[in-house]
Amino acid sequence: MDNIIEVQHLVKKFGDFTAVDDISFDVKKGEIFAFLGPNGAGKSTTIKMLTTILNPTGGDIKLNGHDAKNDADAVRRSFGIVFQDPSLDDDLTALENMDLHGVLYGVPRKIRKERIEQLLSFVELWDRRDSQVKEFSGGMKRRLEIARGLLHHPAVLFLDEPTLGLDPQTRNHMWSYLQDLNEKEGVTVFFTTHYMEEAERIAQRIAIIDHGKIVASGTAAELKSRTKTNSLEDAFLKLTGTVIRDEDASTTDKMRAHGRMWRGGRR
Amino acid sequence: MKTIYILWLREIKRYLRSKSRIIGSLGQPLLFLLALGYGLGSVFAKAGEGNYFEFLAPGIIGMSIIFTAIFSGIQMIWDRQFGFLKETLVAPVNRLNIMIGRTLGGATVATMQGLLVLILVTIFGFRPYNWALVPVVILFMLLVALLFAALGAAIASLLDDMQGFQLIMNFLVMPLFFLSGALFPLDGLPAVLAGIVKFDPLSYGIDSFRILLVNNGSFGLGTDFAVLAVVTAVFLGLGSYFFSKIQI
Repeated sequence: MDNIIEVQHLVKKFGDFTAVDDISFDVKKGEIFAFLGPNGAGKSTTIKMLTTILNPTGGDIKLNGHDAKNDADAVRRSFGIVFQDPSLDDDLTALENMDLHGVLYGVPRKIRKERIEQLLSFVELWDRRDSQVKEFSGGMKRRLEIARGLLHHPAVLFLDEPTLGLDPQTRNHMWSYLQDLNEKEGVTVFFTTHYMEEAERIAQRIAIIDHGKIVASGTAAELKSRTKTNSLEDAFLKLTGTVIRDEDASTTDKMRAHGRMWRGGRR
Repeated sequence: MKTIYILWLREIKRYLRSKSRIIGSLGQPLLFLLALGYGLGSVFAKAGEGNYFEFLAPGIIGMSIIFTAIFSGIQMIWDRQFGFLKETLVAPVNRLNIMIGRTLGGATVATMQGLLVLILVTIFGFRPYNWALVPVVILFMLLVALLFAALGAAIASLLDDMQGFQLIMNFLVMPLFFLSGALFPLDGLPAVLAGIVKFDPLSYGIDSFRILLVNNGSFGLGTDFAVLAVVTAVFLGLGSYFFSKIQI
């Protein structure tokens, strides 16, 4: 099997609005794949459908050979995900968060213990394993989420804007982990980002989505030569236009702002 | 089973670790107890109804249980978008188990909160008429907690943002509490009010506490149990159904 993700004629409508408009694409096994697009282009909606938390209006998704509609649990076992908004339990320790994940994914206790130590050491959090997550910085939380997402040995790791709000050091560090992991373990990485240089540097293949349709895909070099530009950023702007997208603040954004107020901006 | 257990345990750990939340949530019951208990005590006695503090204590226990339980359910609105719930929704586990684990956890926490209020009123001089019945009261407290935790979860599964939260507080939680007979005796009520009270499941919960703690109730323990059990089952069923339909 060559393709680990196969998406065919995927459509998502919210009432009259078509968020994802008949897209088809493949991601090859062991690939680092970037999924780019302006705000509101349909990126997050697509990821939600790929990760089985949103039902498509039409089309087919196959992940690791399993059909997302009929065999959701097999699909769920096949991927790990780092969400845009952290989904760790702040009141639990790093170790407890990992352990809970292991139990949910049915990783046997002994293997769980070994892997947790391995992964937490890998993301350099083993020394902080007994600290509550609320004491962690944004970068530490991201590292912990990555470690957690890998605990059940997924075939694909989804990362939704994983580097948002991280400083260059942490970003760099994180990507070198992920590239290392991709090389050694062959984990397919599927990520979204707004940093074009990051996509250009890291991704082996890129798809650009706009207004719910995939407007271009290929390697960074291919995209640049097709648009006759010198950087992926220019290629991106040429393909998607320079108009700034005025998304209405969604309820999610409102809640996010609300949450910052409540939690004093800690992330 | 494991899923249910670990999600239940999570709720308990979170509760025990948030000392400020525990203490903070005792403030409101304490205020009601002192202001109403002592403030209305003499009027109540003059009306020939006896000791109001004693009458009020089971109602205040019920209040802290319903608030804590519904909140634990409603918290899911938040948790789903920015918290841990998402992590459980992408996991290869049955949604029903997630819902049950969470709801049992929330109910246990609410029961512990109710127990704390029971201890609190004991400090202020409240005495159950028969200590041997306290374990039975705890079982009823758990049932009431389960009922409202399930209701909270059902509502939270239907709402996608916090906008509806204020609405629920004002049009659901507050009426459930004020119309439950937590604060006033059920006999001699105007017919309309008496009718409404009978449709409020909390009335039966508080009635059972009152029977078991101060030997003074209106519906009878058997009726209380039957109503609470049936309504809990219905809410758990609804909650599970709505929860299984959640999309993000």
